[in-house]
Amino acid sequence: MKISITVNGTSHEDEVEPRTLLVHYLREHLQLTGTNIGCDTSSCGACTVHLNGESVKSCTVLAVQADGTKIVTIEGLSKDGEMHPMQQAFMENHGLQCGYCTPGMVMAAIGLLNENPNPTESDVRLGLEGNLCRCTGYHNIVKSILAAANK
Amino acid sequence: MTMTEVRPNTVIGTRLLRREDPALLTGEAKFTNDLSIPGALHLAVLRSPHAHAKIKLINTKAAAALPGVVAVYTGADLKSMWAGPMPCAWPVTADMKSPQHFPLAIETVNYVGDGVAAILATTETASRDALDLIDVEYEVLKPVVDLEEAMTDNVIVHDELGTNKSYTWNLKIEATEGCVDEAFAKAAFTVSERYVQQRLLPMAMETRAVAAVPQPFGGDITIYSSTQIPHILKVMTALTIGIPEHQVRVIAPSVGGGFGSKLNVYAEELLCVGLARKHNVPVRWVEERSENAQATIHGRGQVQYIELAADKNGKLTAVRVRIIGDMGAYLQLVTPGIPLLGAFLYAGVYDIPHAYDFSCTGVFTTLTPTDAYRGAGRPEATYAIETAMDALARKMGIDPFDLRKRNFIQKEQFPYTAFSGLTYDSGNHLAAAEKAAGMADYAAVRSRQAKQNVPGSTKRLGIGMTSYFEMCGLAPSRVLASLNYSAGGWEAATVRILPTAKVQVVTGTSPHGQGHETSWAMIASEKLGIPAADIDVLHSDTAISPLGLDTYGSRSLPVGGVAVAGACDKVIDKAKLIAAHQLECSAEDLEFAGGVFSVKGSPDRNMPLAAIAFQAFTAHNLPDGLEPNLEAQYTYDPPNFSWPFGTHICVLEVDIETGQVEILKYVAVDDCGVQINPLIVEGQVHGGIIQGLAQALFEEAIYDEDGNLKTSTLAEYLVPAASDVPPLTTDFTVTPSPTNQLGVKGIGEAGTIGAASTVMNAVVDALSGLGVTHLDMPASPHHVWLAIKAASSAS
Repeated sequence: MKISITVNGTSHEDEVEPRTLLVHYLREHLQLTGTNIGCDTSSCGACTVHLNGESVKSCTVLAVQADGTKIVTIEGLSKDGEMHPMQQAFMENHGLQCGYCTPGMVMAAIGLLNENPNPTESDVRLGLEGNLCRCTGYHNIVKSILAAANK
Repeated sequence: MTMTEVRPNTVIGTRLLRREDPALLTGEAKFTNDLSIPGALHLAVLRSPHAHAKIKLINTKAAAALPGVVAVYTGADLKSMWAGPMPCAWPVTADMKSPQHFPLAIETVNYVGDGVAAILATTETASRDALDLIDVEYEVLKPVVDLEEAMTDNVIVHDELGTNKSYTWNLKIEATEGCVDEAFAKAAFTVSERYVQQRLLPMAMETRAVAAVPQPFGGDITIYSSTQIPHILKVMTALTIGIPEHQVRVIAPSVGGGFGSKLNVYAEELLCVGLARKHNVPVRWVEERSENAQATIHGRGQVQYIELAADKNGKLTAVRVRIIGDMGAYLQLVTPGIPLLGAFLYAGVYDIPHAYDFSCTGVFTTLTPTDAYRGAGRPEATYAIETAMDALARKMGIDPFDLRKRNFIQKEQFPYTAFSGLTYDSGNHLAAAEKAAGMADYAAVRSRQAKQNVPGSTKRLGIGMTSYFEMCGLAPSRVLASLNYSAGGWEAATVRILPTAKVQVVTGTSPHGQGHETSWAMIASEKLGIPAADIDVLHSDTAISPLGLDTYGSRSLPVGGVAVAGACDKVIDKAKLIAAHQLECSAEDLEFAGGVFSVKGSPDRNMPLAAIAFQAFTAHNLPDGLEPNLEAQYTYDPPNFSWPFGTHICVLEVDIETGQVEILKYVAVDDCGVQINPLIVEGQVHGGIIQGLAQALFEEAIYDEDGNLKTSTLAEYLVPAASDVPPLTTDFTVTPSPTNQLGVKGIGEAGTIGAASTVMNAVVDALSGLGVTHLDMPASPHHVWLAIKAASSAS
């Protein structure tokens, strides 16, 4: 099936199999490998991207469902060589270790602040429920997001 | 000294932000499955749906006919491809029994997930579609799921071994023969406890992935793998497949966590290499999460019996331990050695006489093989002694903190030669424990508890603690020899100063989240007086870093980091000869500080290292006989393990109507000696604690009676989310290690080692008023509720 989709500001027209997931489309057709796959049950959130401004797990969306939408991936966050404030906050607060969950975590965190610009610590923890990290114990991820919110 | 006291003008001890982060934060970093490998065939592995079965017939015709499928192989088809079975590098006893283990099963399958057939296809989708078209006829055999049942040999996993017992390993230390039995006979108090270390799934967020790229005409092969051990993988691949070692290059790209699960040589790595050579094209494979749960090693899996003897004051007089260790279906790289890594730690941080009796039997089951998982043997040991200490305190009717104080090794006893003959390098247990108790407001919690935990109250307050020692920094090679391990424990580093005074540090460690690039640059910067930003750290590619023993066992800093410092010393020594020659003085007259050599007493006569680097490069004016260039390799074999320690305390409430545990406060005081980068140290502690806490409250690999893993996805296996775990209060004491020049100890596993017993002691403490004295992990609402119910019906 034919889809047209805007990813990180560039429009693409592609032929995809109907069963292709958005995450596979991004990784394999567009070589945007920053979006990671961590599970097969939509549990881990490593593949979180923004679809029309809202965070979604790109393994739960078919590429054909994303036809006509605007997608932002981790590769689309930085501007003019500067990282997004959320990316900077993660760096400054050691909010990542191995970095595998990080792209999804950063996308989810931005989505969270879009919905609730002044979250409490427990708002942040609840808001991140769909994203798993095995390295950090979440302590510094929560700290990073609260720091980004206060900027 | 506390961690806040940073020496002036030093790099070590500062919170330098990680240089690894920008690539990881922007999607620029490449994990193995992100690599573009033109022309690669995709491997898929058909896995056994039975825990124990004979393979009668495999029909691959329909799969082979599927468009896109290039080849289908069974274990029998590939048998001639292997020069030997899959490696186990730790034959712990001379008579250890080990079944032959090949990348694909040949006659019998021995766990759900055992590889049965391999498919190569032009796309990943085709390779996976073809799995459904392979028809296998099995003769199903009885599974062996329970550890203690395995000990009976009623059903034998591997017929050819005649028993399920792989080995029994003993460590009996007695001052005089029979003194352990005597101590128990004379003891004023004894406890005898049985603990179960449930199986855990490591669940690194990146599953495993491999790509093998052959060079058909040269014979060389490059392996990209999501591994912690590129160097060990290189040797083992060469030996298992029969390739000259110098023709194998292993690269670990960005690796998304390991926790021990990537400290292995796996079937899929060998299949990719073997099939890439057979077909003369690249072959790649990526693991699905549910495959990861079945085909990547599991951790823990022990039944522990621990007995403590104490005199009337609660002073420990003997320790007796019996362990049954679940090997799973096969021995992977270091499977049998995992319980041994804890064997020396069942007396914890306590001063006990030479009266210690440890024995471990490793048994086979028809379950996924076990192997190293964060802490590997040491969390199990710490859990047993620290939980048994609480049981002893309850029996004596004294506070568990008080009991610990009566038994701690005192700071003036360090370096302390333990009953085992091992020397604990440095420590101050009382200081760490008192600091943690202060942070947790221990006394106040106790008085609150007395008011709160009264009949009728449904929310019970509990406080639990653990004081731990971690035997880490694996490892002195001679000690490994005495434990029958097949390799050494050294680490290598090369320091190379480029003509423009930029520096390359080459390390044999292989980071996968620990930030070695940042920390090693800090060490070299401190030693050389060159800014960290001018120092590059190269790793994880055996062509760039040919010598190394990789990353596990909290070894990277106390072995690999110290090797970096040693290589810097050698470079400085050489540079000093050049400086002396050019300044026309003797080398003894020079001092080196802040990157500058100067004549003692005449600081104006000086030469910076940067200038010497260029002189060494041009070689226009060097001392007679001195080689050009500034480069040195240094290999460090640690004379001792490093012994981080600390105390963790957890305060929690248990809702006795629902069984729900709510953590109110978790404090940790850890001591890993000198900290290179406190930012990174804290991160390691946080992550470690949550992994240990997850064992205590959430995680368990659950099998049904047929040997099916019921928790094989992240929807069923409860890796905690941010909302499931508390914020952490961490602090440190700093007791430098006297063993190495940096004064450092490892910190990667400490959090995990301390956390599980801390939480469980608090849960039992909360419920002790209800008669609960024991609870198996995880303390899920269901388990807690059952324990309360059992205690109330018993009373």
